[in-house]
Amino acid sequence: MTQPLLDARALTKRYPVGGGKRGAMLHAVDAVDLTIAPGECVGLVGESGCGKSTLVRLLARLIDPTSGNIFLDGADTTAVSQARFVTMPDRARIQVVFQDPSESLNPSFRVFDSIADPLKRLLGVRDRDKLAAQVHRAAELVGLPRELIERYPHQLSGGQRARVGIARAIVVEPSLLILDEPTSALDVSVQAIILRLLADLQARLGMSYLFVSHDLNVVRLLCSRIVVMYLGRVVEVAPTEELFTAPRHPYTRALIASIPDPARRGEARPRLDGSPRSPIDPDPNTCRFYGRCPTGTDRCATAMPELLRFGEGHFAACHFA
Amino acid sequence: MSRAATLGRNIGHAFGENRLTLVAVAILLVLLVCAAFGTALAPYDPLMTDSTAKMSPPSGLHLFGTDALGRDILSRVVVAARLDLGMAISAVVLSFVLGLALGAVAGYFGGWADRIIGRLMDTIMAFPLFVLAMGIVAALGNSVLNIILATMIINLPFYCRFARGEVNVRREMGYVEAARMGGNRALPVLVNHIIPNILPAMMVQASLNMGWAILNAAGLSFIGLGVRPPTPEWGIMVSEGASFIISGEWWTFVFPGAALVLAVFCFNLLGDGLRDLLDPRRRV
Repeated sequence: MTQPLLDARALTKRYPVGGGKRGAMLHAVDAVDLTIAPGECVGLVGESGCGKSTLVRLLARLIDPTSGNIFLDGADTTAVSQARFVTMPDRARIQVVFQDPSESLNPSFRVFDSIADPLKRLLGVRDRDKLAAQVHRAAELVGLPRELIERYPHQLSGGQRARVGIARAIVVEPSLLILDEPTSALDVSVQAIILRLLADLQARLGMSYLFVSHDLNVVRLLCSRIVVMYLGRVVEVAPTEELFTAPRHPYTRALIASIPDPARRGEARPRLDGSPRSPIDPDPNTCRFYGRCPTGTDRCATAMPELLRFGEGHFAACHFA
Repeated sequence: MSRAATLGRNIGHAFGENRLTLVAVAILLVLLVCAAFGTALAPYDPLMTDSTAKMSPPSGLHLFGTDALGRDILSRVVVAARLDLGMAISAVVLSFVLGLALGAVAGYFGGWADRIIGRLMDTIMAFPLFVLAMGIVAALGNSVLNIILATMIINLPFYCRFARGEVNVRREMGYVEAARMGGNRALPVLVNHIIPNILPAMMVQASLNMGWAILNAAGLSFIGLGVRPPTPEWGIMVSEGASFIISGEWWTFVFPGAALVLAVFCFNLLGDGLRDLLDPRRRV
């Protein structure tokens, strides 16, 4: 097997909550392993609050993990703190397209400056003409009309802002582009256009994608492999089609069943009741899904299921998978 | 379109939208001209006494009348603009810069920096502010520099807390994370990405605060803890004139008082106009 581009091992992030006295910890991301091959597009799905965004920030080195390592081309990026990582050459190799394009653009920066800033900072491009050429090329790649380059974000539509957000991320030619629900703040019609743009960009530039979403359909379109998260843990990893046709984990099944499908109208489908367990100091010997799981038994309350292999690239963390 | 032309349009836009801003700018210009060229503009020497013309009411010779020592009040009001505005502006600029820096550090880094700076500001806020200013000037001595220092200190928490709050909400915003992603370390993130976005709101606060700073500096002089007579200064003049309220020589305190009101009024109005001008979301 070729060396993965990104290899996260036992990545964990905990936040102290409440008064520091009792030392209660919120387990946002718990011992997550994740690999992404060069040029691969991996989907990451899970409900709100399952730790997707924290994982994104960890992988993007915006926050430091409590423990665990992230290897980029075999080099441990977690050897330095995120504050130091900002100035490392590898900083340019992982970029993120943020969730809400209107919030992720500096309101006092013109489009040009938004795209040029990472070029200046990360690649040290100082020459004005060179800078302009690269900014224009990136804008062209994302289909942003030239006349919008001198505008402020508030003068752009949601779709145009999304394009600027993508242009800013790809302008430094990253190896891995993390897309943090890039379309969730957009109209459905614009979503489709942006998704097509992203697929097209990947084909042209050959970057790896980590596509984060709570919408399985969107992920299915773009990704070859899907990682399902629940309450800070990875519960299932599988090639896209296998995940849809033969899901192993009950949570994945429920997620798939929740996709609206006119052909199955009126049919009874597995439904999740209640709310997730508390992420604050969870019992390390209880499955995170226990209590909400339709098949949960006493065993799930006494032993945390490990992520086990069930086929080529297919892993699930369930005693009954 | 060139940037200069855009700026011109933005200024025109801000004024067109708010005519009162135009009034404020006009008053400001008058005040600034007085401050810059006061001694040349004043018809008389502001310190020159004239025993033949004591307490003369406003007339063609002395437009604002004369005071108990026969000094021309118009000249004194005009010349005082430099000192009064100078003290207020210096104090506001100092507290603005220092407050912004402290507040930005507290808001961005949090933790110990936040706690220490926060408690420091709480300590200042725990005093009645004018009394604190009195105390500072009383302890350090009556001088222009100490009035500025006192006014700066009592205004500091105001800017510091404002900046802290504004920076704190922006710290986690997408564009700040994107800036870090784009290779900006803490200082460039603060200076290039966060502070420009909180400046408009800060400037509005500063302009509103200016009026208060003017009153504070004049107030210290009024109670005898500021500039000493015979220096022309609005607060002293009002204070000297105040003893004639009952005997009816109204011009001795009305004109310097009106100058104070006008200055405060002007800066308060200016605050609104500035916001329109500086807010990028209102740019065309």
